[in-house]
Amino acid sequence: MTHRRRRGHHGAPWPLGLPALAGAAFLLVPLVGLLQRAPWSALPQLLTDPAVAQALRLSLVSATAATLIGMALGIPLAWVLARVRLPGVNLVRALITLPLVLPPVVGGVALLMAFGRRGLLGQYLYEWSGFSLPFTTAAVVLAETFVAMPFLVITVEGAFRGADRDLDEAAATLGARRMTVFRRVTLPLVGPSVVAGAVLCWARALGEFGATITFAGNFPGRTQTMPLSVYLALESNPDAAIALSLVLLLVSVAVLVAMRTRWLRAGGVS
Amino acid sequence: MSLAGRRVATVLAAVLVLAVSACGTSAPSGRSAPPSGHRITGQITVFAAASLTESFTALGKQFEAAHPGTMVTFNFGPSSGLAEQINQGAPADVFASASTKNMDQVKAAGNAIDPTPFAANMMEIAVPADNPAKISTLSDLAASGVKVALCQPQVPCGTVAAAVFENAGLTVTPVSLEADVKSVLAKVSLGEVDAGVVYVTDVKAAGDKVQGIEIPSDVNVSTAYPIATLKAAPNAATATAFVRYVLSSAGSAVLSQAGFAKP
Repeated sequence: MTHRRRRGHHGAPWPLGLPALAGAAFLLVPLVGLLQRAPWSALPQLLTDPAVAQALRLSLVSATAATLIGMALGIPLAWVLARVRLPGVNLVRALITLPLVLPPVVGGVALLMAFGRRGLLGQYLYEWSGFSLPFTTAAVVLAETFVAMPFLVITVEGAFRGADRDLDEAAATLGARRMTVFRRVTLPLVGPSVVAGAVLCWARALGEFGATITFAGNFPGRTQTMPLSVYLALESNPDAAIALSLVLLLVSVAVLVAMRTRWLRAGGVS
Repeated sequence: MSLAGRRVATVLAAVLVLAVSACGTSAPSGRSAPPSGHRITGQITVFAAASLTESFTALGKQFEAAHPGTMVTFNFGPSSGLAEQINQGAPADVFASASTKNMDQVKAAGNAIDPTPFAANMMEIAVPADNPAKISTLSDLAASGVKVALCQPQVPCGTVAAAVFENAGLTVTPVSLEADVKSVLAKVSLGEVDAGVVYVTDVKAAGDKVQGIEIPSDVNVSTAYPIATLKAAPNAATATAFVRYVLSSAGSAVLSQAGFAKP
């Protein structure tokens, strides 16, 4: 294994190397384009606009809220999918991972049909309380949770599957109750995956656009997150759109760096 | 597969021959002749304001029928966004804008040839078919608790709606500023908002999915729709013919049926 890797040092064969190079270039060139067109001199003025801080704050708060909800519901869901043997579990798994591949706009339409004021559940909520979800910050969080939670569920479920069940059984034979086993044995075992899943979920929530604009609409300070402001600014002020994109790019790079150190640590644990 | 491939190759070869011969004949006559020649044929791409969706789709079909061998493809969206795309080099042949401002942006960048007004539109209040908030006048939109959707301010329908409210001396706080007029209409017809301010033509196009409430003419604002062929048009001859068709009596018949006024 190590011997082969050393031989590969001289370079990849061209049928692999050329497409690899093209692939890497394809992924990097748009970023270069963004940086090259960036209005550097006007940047301080564009980014100190209170509207930018407002959109950024809303994005960070709603993505974090979506991640917390995703963890509260997603970790138990992942455990059930990994450990419970009941007919239909596989079908449930297939269905809840649907938002991973579903176009987010379709997710937004589906959310309107379910939680809108004329929706499947939303109509009762509206009748009882006069409250309707669309066009509120809660709707942004809901849309982001819908799209991002499956990332966390899938990541954590894999870890629950891989975790050593003998340790659970050992704890149980020593008299620990099932909830204690979960809290003190199983959960710490999958800790690194929970962190990785949460970061993925948060990053996906931060970038959410389609479901948000469809379900939550667009209003500055209430539902206009960073991706929405980038898209809408492009129509009137491309420089502002590029400046906003740079902020999101910076946040994404920060997440990658944070993940990398986390994963290195995780590699040490497992 | 190989048969299809050969067919594609044959078509490509034919196109090449045509293009070369067109260049050959037009070269001595002057540099203004487009490479596709003066024949009205082939495909054109029309960038048009979202509010033109129904009327231009119908116009496109009629144009194709009147000129066999042509195909009109549309890109409907907010005029501001379309203008930006054109100025960024999108391969469009014709631009039909819901505001002179966005057409002027394209013209100022040197991309539009002789914009001509072809229609005018007015605003109207659209409410869900059952009018849940019992909206009957423009001032009802300013009441608290009434959910209103508008176009975002940089889109023509947003600018015009803001002008209407200013004329009426009203302060309306919307729940959402949508990307284009059709998104406003969608939120109204789904019943998620109590009212939206859209064009007269949109209410008409939506049929019985929404109910229209007229805005008094002393506060309503008329907006002009200009159309132009684009300098970088890949198919200038057909683009010019399409613009002429829109400006013809056949074109204005379709537009007035959709509720547009004469420019």
